[in-house]
Amino acid sequence: MNHEMKEHIKQALRKGRRLDGRKPEDLREITIETGFLSTAEGSARVRCGNAEVIAGIKMAMEKPYDDTPEDGVLMVNSELLPMSNPDFESGPPSIKSIETARVIDRGIRESKAMDTKKLCITKGEKVWTVAIDIVPINYDGILIDMGGLAAMAALKTTLFPTVKEDGVVDYHKRSTKKLEMRFLPIPITVSKIGDVFVVDPTAEEEKAIDARLTVTTIDDKKICALQKGGSEPLSVDDVNKIVDIAFEKAAEIRKILEKVN
Amino acid sequence: MAEEFKRPSGRKNDESRPIEAEAGVIKAADGSARFKIGDTEAYAAVYGPRELHPKFLQDPKTGILRCNYNMMPFSGDGTRVRPGPSRRSKEISLVTEKALIPVMNLEDYPNTVVDVFIELPQTDAGSRCAGICAASIALADAGLVMKDMVPAISVGQVRRNLIVDLDGAEEHMDENEGTDIPIAMIPSTEEITLMQGDGIIDRDDLKKALEMVKPALKKIAEEQRKALLNKYNSTGDQK
Amino acid sequence: MGELIAKEKTTVVPGQVIAKGMDFLPSHGTYRLKDDVIANRLGILSVEGKVLKTIPINGRYLPRKDDVIIGKVNDILMSGWRMDINSPYSAVLPLKDASFDYIQKGADLTKYFRLEDYAVAKITSVTSQNLVDITVKGPGLRRLRGGRVIKVSPHKVPRIIGKKVSMVSMIKNGTGCKIIVGQNGLVWLEGEPDMEVVAVSALKKIQDESHISGLTERIKIFLEKTLGKKIEEQAPNEDNNDNKGHEYVSKREENNKHPVPSRTHNADKPVAEKLTQKTEEN
Repeated sequence: MNHEMKEHIKQALRKGRRLDGRKPEDLREITIETGFLSTAEGSARVRCGNAEVIAGIKMAMEKPYDDTPEDGVLMVNSELLPMSNPDFESGPPSIKSIETARVIDRGIRESKAMDTKKLCITKGEKVWTVAIDIVPINYDGILIDMGGLAAMAALKTTLFPTVKEDGVVDYHKRSTKKLEMRFLPIPITVSKIGDVFVVDPTAEEEKAIDARLTVTTIDDKKICALQKGGSEPLSVDDVNKIVDIAFEKAAEIRKILEKVN
Repeated sequence: MAEEFKRPSGRKNDESRPIEAEAGVIKAADGSARFKIGDTEAYAAVYGPRELHPKFLQDPKTGILRCNYNMMPFSGDGTRVRPGPSRRSKEISLVTEKALIPVMNLEDYPNTVVDVFIELPQTDAGSRCAGICAASIALADAGLVMKDMVPAISVGQVRRNLIVDLDGAEEHMDENEGTDIPIAMIPSTEEITLMQGDGIIDRDDLKKALEMVKPALKKIAEEQRKALLNKYNSTGDQK
Repeated sequence: MGELIAKEKTTVVPGQVIAKGMDFLPSHGTYRLKDDVIANRLGILSVEGKVLKTIPINGRYLPRKDDVIIGKVNDILMSGWRMDINSPYSAVLPLKDASFDYIQKGADLTKYFRLEDYAVAKITSVTSQNLVDITVKGPGLRRLRGGRVIKVSPHKVPRIIGKKVSMVSMIKNGTGCKIIVGQNGLVWLEGEPDMEVVAVSALKKIQDESHISGLTERIKIFLEKTLGKKIEEQAPNEDNNDNKGHEYVSKREENNKHPVPSRTHNADKPVAEKLTQKTEEN
């Protein structure tokens, strides 16, 4: 972004105003819809301002990894679809989409939010795999946050497919068995523009960000993943402030997620 | 002799599945649409006309149309679909472009490209047709010159019965001689712009099938036009 | 013989039959298929005597000579700068049109315009291959510093500017923001942060409600409610340099040209005119 325009944004931020009139720590209005895809075992759509992101969950029965014979397999993937923004190109996953997927993955995997032992069918032979795919329909802001939320809402409402007598999965019949999550990790990315911390930036604001830190939390005390981005450094003081903001915002988001069934 | 045949969905032989069509659903795009028929749903986003790189692809006489069809990983019938282009999706991208270009006129935009991205969050047969239907609405939404809308639907033969708009269950029903023929047609001239065929069909039955599919296609064209009119009220403003 | 099927001033869509019979003459945005006149573009139907055309609602901006536009530098060349003008075609600002100073070949061009700088420029020429040249030498034209730029539909620009610049002036005076509207749908503004937000909301409101009657009154009420003060409807202000660029728009409105012309329009026009002349002679 052009230096003078960035200055203009920074000046407005010092007065507590963003381009769309929000205050620096205001989230846009969020709505969540779940269970609307016929082909996915779990699905969620998050709308945040003009942004729209969907997450789909697919389950399958497969052989476990050799070093974890009793554990189901989790996989997180994300793609910045060219349909969602004029700046995205067709082709192999961009580094941005890879980062998004890996950060969301870390939040779920490292926190053991999903009990992968419960996904074991026969030790060493058959386990359930859970694949989470996150895609923007209309891109307008940080995919890690919206995608992470969509993934959580989808996981929360995922139903196992039924298994026929011959042991083959019947994807046309969903069971009533839910994929139980121990807790729901929520990633919140706090960005620094000049001296001001901002949450939930629009695609336009993203261009003015100097540094950002994603903090994934599982309740009001514990952090389970961290990721710093942006080209500028953050001071220790910055990090402490960001962590406080992240917990605050995650609490707001959890309230919305609680209502999702 | 045709067997006594009841469609699993209870539909009549010439009846298509319920349709939902919406225009302007992706704000970032120049034109966009969502088209759903039964459980098959397609999004289409149009970006362009815009600069085309690399330069050697440019046509100094006209803009070009470039279509990209993609199934989202969770959209398949069964296990997850590996992301990324496949031979199948590349072929569908090609025939989609051929289905739409006959109604377009991009001569006002030499050296540019109109990109059409088609993404499907869920499918239950007829996905390429749904993609073409969505793309057609999106192109009109983008303000491009088009002679007419391009509706598309499949017609086929299952257990010797000609049926319109095969769903997933019907696609797999006739192991021996089932046919699936996706067709796109320009409603005002009844010219065919997409036609592919899968399976065995009698030449006389094909003729009957081509007549049988016309009303379903015209109905889809009406839904496509309605989607555009719904987005803009009668005085041209967005709702 | 003929029958008008679609209603004038309503939205029509591609493939929709507008009229039946040989009486009517298809102009831009429509074509004849046997006995019918059919729309070939999403637009508003306009009926002028027997001439049928559609006014486009959507579509990207096509560069036109003498338009005043806002552009962004995306490349620095040997001979000038390349600019993104929110169009399928980029524009070139040659050295000689960048400044009243003489710029030597090999000089540091970033002294005048750097990458991502915005400028208000006027289109000086458009070739048949859509190569576009622009200039920033002229009244109201210049490099823009700071502020912010938003995108609106180029088709709504005349409504945003208003008759004799009245609409945008009302917003400027109400919010105290500097506002420059480019024909290409880019709008530059600068003011107090809160006021900028109000101005942007007003501009988007005009874009979304432009064809509902009583727009000026509604925008006035919107501004009064949001700002909590009375707004005077604006008389044309010839002194303000920012408005000078809009002379070109007003002329366009007066000449009844629709906002974003397409080549097909020019191709069709002579035919329609010729035939009209013929009937007049009769």
